[in-house]
Amino acid sequence: MAKIGVFICHCGENIARTIDVDEVTDEVEEMGGVVVSTDYKYVCSDPGQEMIKETIQKHDLSGVVVAACSPRMHENTFRRACSSAGLNPYLCEMANIREHCSWVHTDEEEATQKAIDMVRIMVEKAKRNTELEPIMVPVTKRALVIGGGIAGIQAALDIANTGHEVVLVEKTPSIGGHMAQLSETFPTLDCSQCILTPRMVEVAQHPNIKLYVYAEVAEVNGYIGNFDVKVRQRAKFVIDDICTGCGDCLEACEPRSIPSEFDVGLSKRTALYVPFPQAVPNKPVIDNETCKLFTIAAEEGREKLKRSDCGECYEACPTKPNSIDFTQKDEYIDEKVGAIVVATGFDVMETSEIAEYGYGKYEDVITGLQFERLASASGPTAGEIKRPSDGNTPENIVFIQCVGSRDQAKGISYCSKICCMYTAKHTMLYKHKVHDGQAYVFYMDIRAGGKNYEEFTRRAIEEDGAIYLRGRVSRIYKEKDVLMVKGFDTISGMPVEIAADMVVLATAMKASPKTNELAQMLGVSFDKYSFLSEAHPKLRPVETATAGVFLAGACQAPKDIPDAVSQASGAAAKVAALFSQDLYEREPVVASVDENTCVACFFCLEACPYGAIERKEIKDRDGNLIKTVSFANEAVCQGCGVCVSVCRSNSADLAGFTDEQMFASIEAIWEQIEEKDVA
Amino acid sequence: MAKKNWNPKIVAFVCNWCTYAGADLAGTSRLKYDANIRLLRVPCTGRIDTLFIVKAFEQGADCVLVSGCHPGDCHYDAGNYHARRRWIIFRELMSFLGIDDRRLQFSSVSAAEGVKWAKLINGLVDEIRSIDPFKEYQRLTS
Repeated sequence: MAKIGVFICHCGENIARTIDVDEVTDEVEEMGGVVVSTDYKYVCSDPGQEMIKETIQKHDLSGVVVAACSPRMHENTFRRACSSAGLNPYLCEMANIREHCSWVHTDEEEATQKAIDMVRIMVEKAKRNTELEPIMVPVTKRALVIGGGIAGIQAALDIANTGHEVVLVEKTPSIGGHMAQLSETFPTLDCSQCILTPRMVEVAQHPNIKLYVYAEVAEVNGYIGNFDVKVRQRAKFVIDDICTGCGDCLEACEPRSIPSEFDVGLSKRTALYVPFPQAVPNKPVIDNETCKLFTIAAEEGREKLKRSDCGECYEACPTKPNSIDFTQKDEYIDEKVGAIVVATGFDVMETSEIAEYGYGKYEDVITGLQFERLASASGPTAGEIKRPSDGNTPENIVFIQCVGSRDQAKGISYCSKICCMYTAKHTMLYKHKVHDGQAYVFYMDIRAGGKNYEEFTRRAIEEDGAIYLRGRVSRIYKEKDVLMVKGFDTISGMPVEIAADMVVLATAMKASPKTNELAQMLGVSFDKYSFLSEAHPKLRPVETATAGVFLAGACQAPKDIPDAVSQASGAAAKVAALFSQDLYEREPVVASVDENTCVACFFCLEACPYGAIERKEIKDRDGNLIKTVSFANEAVCQGCGVCVSVCRSNSADLAGFTDEQMFASIEAIWEQIEEKDVA
Repeated sequence: MAKKNWNPKIVAFVCNWCTYAGADLAGTSRLKYDANIRLLRVPCTGRIDTLFIVKAFEQGADCVLVSGCHPGDCHYDAGNYHARRRWIIFRELMSFLGIDDRRLQFSSVSAAEGVKWAKLINGLVDEIRSIDPFKEYQRLTS
């Protein structure tokens, strides 16, 4: 006979304000199988949990229902409480009368009735729960880090320093990410590459880090502790082991006509290239989409390459055997890992997306990232601020903040977080390099919340003379040689028109392209902006809903370098915690197949997305085969239940969500179901 | 019309990872929607047997909603595809039986779409209010 204990939480006012908790407690007491129905202000608190434990022991409960917040919040809390009282944790259920009831409904009567219905559903479900034991699976103590920017680098180093191997996959030919493109970083004005490159070298030399560059993650299968990853190593056409990085091939390659990705289109590169001089690894790759040998062959419709079309790099290479190898093909490599950290970073919106500021047609209207390249000593102008159109030094620059960001008309409602800071920084860099230059900044607000950030922005105004105008710019158009910037200064209440030599737009930070595809591969959620979803916005910022997959850096949300590094170390700590045990405890919500009734149609085997269903032979005592049936491997099964619903003979079932439980729950929605003896 | 003010009975079978979380988000965001809905959580919409839907109608539901992850985003890879195919076929059967096919709905609500969930429920309740309570089932079984 079932003995269910129901605990109804007030959650302070959160539930009690809208739901008549006393009425719920009384109604629940009348429900069949319920022996205790009690309420408390905060059931999740220490005294609340003690109350649960005492009640379990006093009444020898066979199941517990806590009517409170979402199970996604506190199911584990209450399961642990039950466990410590000697009750199997999987006999505990939660009725979500907060997120799904008191917080979303206004009519007290309706909300109270709904809460009663919800508790009744869970009581019927709880009566039919069975004791389950967690499943222990071995953990592969290797991690995969996707993305070699500052966040990926930090996570890789932290995990590698715990003694475990890390596979770091970066899609461009060098690690470093966007931080490598920066000139100086706020608020210290540290030279970005100076602080980054030592870390990059550490990654390359670390015995525990296996680095793939010019590579992508092609496929991910498996689950926490046991991921099977396929890495697609793009053909570099350069043999890394033989290449010494001498650079002779770089000088030989021509034409230098391809827009450089690293310089954001402000300079040109060759088809055989190293993205920047401090690249790690410092070995070139050949971009087969622009290399003459490949493009001419493609134009002529043939697959075979002709040495007569080019081959300068091959001629120039001094190594024996030659480091250039045009026969290379993309390679797929299998890696087994136990945890994955996603650090794929961000991209910036391009000027071509903004109609009011010229659709990208004006060469002297550039993005903040492009300005970084101008200011950078390793950039296209060797660190001198020059107009892209004619190479002259701009006598004034207009900086516009919030371009795209905080703009519902452009489809982006969020704040990109870093632009106020880097714009202030840009005004300072400009002033330091062009002493007579005048910087104007059009802003809506100044968001400088980090450590020393506010002081930094004041410096730009007070020491470096930047003029800050609070207002927006409606239009930029070209008049002869200058750009006319039409804006408004709301503090003086006057329209402002500036004849600018150059305009820098702080364009919105966006998720990197193809994040969606990667997220789907990993089973990670993403929002409408393609930023990856964390498990809980407040308390679980580095985990995702998929166990074993963690987040670090701007792929989760716009953030600056200190936050990216913190998050990366946080993710690494989670990975280290996972790797600190040989066995990982898995939820026992798994499928099982009744051998006696299985008709061996194997629909379940075909339907299972994880290959968890196997064929099992049933033999008699003499070893003769009687029949082959389906068998669900609990170590692999993820508990989706698709096999249960495709089963034609009703032989498959899912622990924790059995057919019996589901039907009983449905029956209990609006009225008390007939009391049948549930063992 | 007098009928417009009646309280429909709506059951939603929702998947734990997307729609249930989206509904949680609607709650955390204190969005408000109609109370005439009861949620039943499943690990994946692929778990949903068509008999669950029949059972819900048998218990007096005027409308059943199946809501899960967006295509491509299923936490278990492809469970939502199974659910959708099953739903399509079952809905055809319902139509064949002469049942208004507005009574069986399907939606994709992700864990980030709290606002969508609230709007969906409000819209759904309004829609079902505009048609009669579902009496045909009782007539079929009596």
